[in-house]
Amino acid sequence: MSMLSAESLALIDKEIAKYPADQRQSAVMSALRIAQVEKGWLSTETMDFVAHYLGMQPIAVYEVATFYNMYNIKPVGKHKLCVCTNLPCKLMGADEIADRLKKKLGIEFGETTEDKQFTLVEGECMGACGDAPLLLVNNHRMESFLNEEKIDALLDELKNK
Amino acid sequence: MVIQPGPVIFNTLHLPEPWKLSTYVSAGGYSALRKILAENIPAETIIAEVKTSALRGRGGAGFPTGLKWSFMPRQFPGDKYIVCNSDEGEPGTFKDRDIMRYNPHALIEGMIIAGYTLGAKAGYNYIHGEIWDIYEGMERAVEEARAAGYLGDNILGSDFSFDLYNHHGYGAYICGEETALLESIEGKKGQPRFKPPFPASFGLYGKPTTINNTETLASIPYIMREGGQKFLELGRPNNGGTKVFSVSGHVEKPGNYEIPMGTPFSELLEMAGGIRGGRQLKAVIPGGSSAPVLPGEIMMDCTMDFDSIAKAGSMLGSGAVIVMDETVCMVRALERLSYFYYEESCGQCTPCREGTGWMYRVVHRIEHGQGRPEDLDLLDRVAGNIAGRTICALGDAAAMPVQGMLKHYRHEFEHHIEHRKCLVQSGAM
Ligand SMILES: Cc1cc2nc3c(=O)[nH]c(=O)nc-3n(C[C@H](O)[C@H](O)[C@H](O)COP(=O)(O)O)c2cc1C
Ligand code: SF4
Ligand code: FES
Repeated sequence: MSMLSAESLALIDKEIAKYPADQRQSAVMSALRIAQVEKGWLSTETMDFVAHYLGMQPIAVYEVATFYNMYNIKPVGKHKLCVCTNLPCKLMGADEIADRLKKKLGIEFGETTEDKQFTLVEGECMGACGDAPLLLVNNHRMESFLNEEKIDALLDELKNK
Repeated sequence: MVIQPGPVIFNTLHLPEPWKLSTYVSAGGYSALRKILAENIPAETIIAEVKTSALRGRGGAGFPTGLKWSFMPRQFPGDKYIVCNSDEGEPGTFKDRDIMRYNPHALIEGMIIAGYTLGAKAGYNYIHGEIWDIYEGMERAVEEARAAGYLGDNILGSDFSFDLYNHHGYGAYICGEETALLESIEGKKGQPRFKPPFPASFGLYGKPTTINNTETLASIPYIMREGGQKFLELGRPNNGGTKVFSVSGHVEKPGNYEIPMGTPFSELLEMAGGIRGGRQLKAVIPGGSSAPVLPGEIMMDCTMDFDSIAKAGSMLGSGAVIVMDETVCMVRALERLSYFYYEESCGQCTPCREGTGWMYRVVHRIEHGQGRPEDLDLLDRVAGNIAGRTICALGDAAAMPVQGMLKHYRHEFEHHIEHRKCLVQSGAM
């Protein structure tokens, strides 16, 4: 039985088709992203499966997963919130946003709430500084022009999910 | 966030659904490609046109695009590639995101024309992983172009075949460096390659490859449609065209402004609504976080082009203008930037790996009231020992902000060390 769902494998196959036939490993970044969306994080078993699927050495897949910081190489909460605190966002109040989140969730950067609902991480520039302050929810959803009310509303929405 | 439209990049913005293929075509889009294919225009003619335009790379280095294209061994019989660098992660820069959001077909047409000119069989567009909705939008735009016959075999009935694919990053600033980006497409860690060999001879999968920034490639359709001379005349000599400036920080209206190269900074600041809350301008980082900071009064005498900003002692870089008002403590600002380079160094070269950590720790202790009198000389030395001694330019990119801050704001650092607190009282940041 496969480690990943048929839907995920179909998505990975679509990515493999973007590259020359002898370059399947070019799809590793997408494959790990797709696997992470399904599983929540990348366990050794999941990475080994991706390695096997793409015909790569497992170590080469671990290297990729640990190099790029949007991969979760440890379990994270159901909602991973990544706040950009780089200079342009900081000028627009990113630190206040981060403090509000830390206080409401009772955790620091790099930590997960006890109920495993939220993980908070500090991010680098996301190439969206005109919309500062901002954060990413589980890598793929960006919340922009944040203020205290928006943070409170976002946490309420996610808690009920 | 504001977007100021212009003739080259945001030329569909005034129309409904500006991102659609049909909208782009109604504004003259794909007509340059049609003409090139119908008339079989030789690659040399296209390269000459791009040289006339004085288009300079929008990714940071400002390298003349026509010259770069002429390095490509077009007669090389095997596969060749064109790669677009949309890995926009230089703090302050957010223009490529809006180009792909509002005018994806300008980029696609630019890449097809580049592919034709350079003899490439395929192109890859490497998109910063954090802007996921943009990646999905680009996937849709590529499908749209393929369905309309602009991509694939025998484009528009010609004997030219070319295809285009999007590839996403996943959180590594260093992949914006062109050879790290190639490694990343090859499914590896994004560690820069030693150059030479340059990508034009040994690029993606070891094949000849040309890498250009999103905005560079999105400028090509205008140049081929309206002529290189007209593009040149939009800007100023040696600095052709309009350029998109991302203005962030303490302005009333942050945003992307497409304006002629050579526009006075004072006008750009005015377009952006001036400094927030009627405060005073203190300093500007004119070209993304790697560019040395310049005091406001120097900036007010600059025009926004490669040559003017270089003369003032900084770089136009990616055109990311980070504006800081009088409440900003420069020690704190530098502390955050130094942390960024420390965090993002790929670790291959000792001067960069160790030096970025060292600089961050020293600035951190100065900011936290534990600075030592010898620390500023130490910073000078460490920064000076990184620059020019590394595989890629991230080393220089980390050293330049430190050198710029110490050049113009040394007194703030000295005050921090001596009094163990900040010179800036109001302290918004
Ligand atoms: C650390 C580092 C990060 C970079 N990031 C980017 C980037 O995000 N986008 C980009 O186009 N160029 C970036 N560059 C520059 C590229 O290496 C390359 O010069 C550029 O993509 C060439 O395109 P152009 O000639 O059209 O400017 C970066 C360079 C370095 C050293
Ligand atoms: S300069 Fe820094 S980022 Fe560039 S290759 Fe060396 S260690 Fe890596
Ligand atoms: S600094 Fe936060 S998105 Fe650029």
